[in-house]
Amino acid sequence: MSKGQKLLNWVDDRFPLSSMMKEHVTEYYAPKNFNFWYFFGSLAMLVLVIQIVTGIFLTMNYKPDASLNGAGIPVAFASVEYIMRDVAGGWIIRYMHSTGASLFFVVGYLHMFRGLIYGSYKQPRELVWIFGTLIFLCLMGEAFMGYLLPWGQMSFWGAQVIVNLFSSIPVIGPDLSVFIRGDFVVGDATLNRFFALHVIAIPLILLALVVAHLIALHEVGSNNPDGVEIKKLKGEDGKPLDGIPFHPYYTVKDILGVAVFLIVFSAIVFFAPEMGGFFLEHPNFDQADPLKTPPHIAPVWYFTPFYAILRAVPSFAGTQVWGVLAMGAAVVLIAFLPWLDKSPVKSIRYRGPKFKFMLVLFIIAFIGLGILGAAPSTNVRTVVAQLLSVIYFAFFLGMPFYTKNDVGSTPVPTRVTMSTPARQVRFLVLVAVTVVAATLFAKFI
Amino acid sequence: MNKTIRQLIAAFALVLPAFGALASEGPALEKAPINVQDTESLQRGAQVFVNYCLSCHSASAMRYNRLTDIGLSEDQIKSNLMFATDKIGEQMNVAMDKKDAKAWFGATPPDLSVIARSRGADYLYGYLRGFYRDDTRPTGWNNLVFDKVGMPHILWQWQGEQVLKTEKNAAGHEEHSLELVKAGTLTKLENGKANTAEFDKRMADLTNFLVYMAEPAQVKRQQIGYVVLMYLFLLLLPFAYFLKKAYWEDVH
Repeated sequence: MSKGQKLLNWVDDRFPLSSMMKEHVTEYYAPKNFNFWYFFGSLAMLVLVIQIVTGIFLTMNYKPDASLNGAGIPVAFASVEYIMRDVAGGWIIRYMHSTGASLFFVVGYLHMFRGLIYGSYKQPRELVWIFGTLIFLCLMGEAFMGYLLPWGQMSFWGAQVIVNLFSSIPVIGPDLSVFIRGDFVVGDATLNRFFALHVIAIPLILLALVVAHLIALHEVGSNNPDGVEIKKLKGEDGKPLDGIPFHPYYTVKDILGVAVFLIVFSAIVFFAPEMGGFFLEHPNFDQADPLKTPPHIAPVWYFTPFYAILRAVPSFAGTQVWGVLAMGAAVVLIAFLPWLDKSPVKSIRYRGPKFKFMLVLFIIAFIGLGILGAAPSTNVRTVVAQLLSVIYFAFFLGMPFYTKNDVGSTPVPTRVTMSTPARQVRFLVLVAVTVVAATLFAKFI
Repeated sequence: MNKTIRQLIAAFALVLPAFGALASEGPALEKAPINVQDTESLQRGAQVFVNYCLSCHSASAMRYNRLTDIGLSEDQIKSNLMFATDKIGEQMNVAMDKKDAKAWFGATPPDLSVIARSRGADYLYGYLRGFYRDDTRPTGWNNLVFDKVGMPHILWQWQGEQVLKTEKNAAGHEEHSLELVKAGTLTKLENGKANTAEFDKRMADLTNFLVYMAEPAQVKRQQIGYVVLMYLFLLLLPFAYFLKKAYWEDVH
């Protein structure tokens, strides 16, 4: 017996190392027909690691202090510029963190969209989906609080707007918003607590949820683009006929995904860290000034769909709480998908025209709201945002009705099907149409 | 799925014509002719900056010795560009009291460390050349890009004097432009025709310097970027591709 084997045995007698490796990696059988959409789970993990590692190094030089330094600049704002200029490698760490934040949402949204089109939330994966939605919720909190830290104009006024939302809640609202801020205005107390929540409290919950998400997934097994349960058909060796071990098959495939992702990531970090003002907003290079309200307060791009819903709902009965409720509902409804979807099939490939039609409307609504939420509101834009908000909610609330018995002409196969060139072309065409349409919409709205 | 594509197109075709093109806000800005790799231009810009801007505006995130980035030696910086301090590692601060400044100009002159990142090069280039005579303002100057600006026209001896011309265009909208009426040391008036090339060039240098100063690492960032992308494209991507292909040979 080799020394390595001896050591492994010693550990295995005391800790289930080998059996865990088997259960989750080398003998975790995943369907063999994963396509493009299945890269984003592992990529989300990669971004999480990037955020944690770069975040640790940022905290070594960042100072959550809203008081003014000798030159009249808030210490927090100045410490970010200190990182950008005087800390060795500071700019690269900061850009990795700011780019990572946006790309976390890019891969997150694509990961969630995958679940939507292939019915990955349906029985028996309801808990996987719920843990996922909670991760999304944490991520939103994490991004919102992290955005306050550079203490620029958008940091300050963005936080002001969002915290003020809570004050619209009847009875407890005003006290609640003071409780959140720790002050009557967004100030040093707010900055300090957001820093604490951003660097330790929420990341802890986030990590626990990621573990729960994966354990739940590995308990029930992965869904796939055909929505076929591979565990139903097992070979004589007890292994799923359409399954392949996660390692080495999907580890090497995910490395390919990582390579492509890193190219995109590096292109942004090194050549367009501001992404034209979408990843780092221009007004955030002005220091926070409580006495100077910016003419246009826009959240970062990943919040804009929900922000557009918030703005689209008019106030009535003397309160603006309805917009806040609608925005909250827009997020919470996602968690209820497993019970809203009554379709007998999982994957969009075997669904009928009603779901496909509603999904197209939903894509239009989500992207459209995202574009509208980033732009200053005008009368026309408000009406369009209202229309798209109605579509957004109709997609969820109408789901029990339009998914019932909505089955396509092709029956669900018993075995998974592999990708074909025709499918790949169709996919590329759909992506191109979406991108072109979204660009045109953004240009003309 | 073809049906889905048709539905997508149809949906957008329906939505699109409902909105006319919306005019962009603010005056149209000329593109600033800047190049942060042009160290000579940056050095000229730095000279203008420390001589004219740095009396009222600080750049507190910027250290003097960082100017070695743009091809200057520490001795050159010390003997030509440092007036407020003798420590080369010092930040570009100003001695002017914030309260006094507010009383004199109506607003504290903002710190210029990252001004180019918040306003953009085109805005700064337009602003620096946009001062015109306006007797209704306390300083006697106004600015086409920044209406009712508190800052006086520091560089009027270079630029001379401009006045605002307002004309109605074919559509009946008012269009503003500036006309040079009195030449400065860097501008010329020949037979009623203004030649501002020299002044414009000086302002382009200054804008260039402000853009550099807003992110001193930007040239290095791109240089490293090429190396990283080359590594990813030429080594990691092919390696990952063929590794995956080799392992997946038996999966059908």
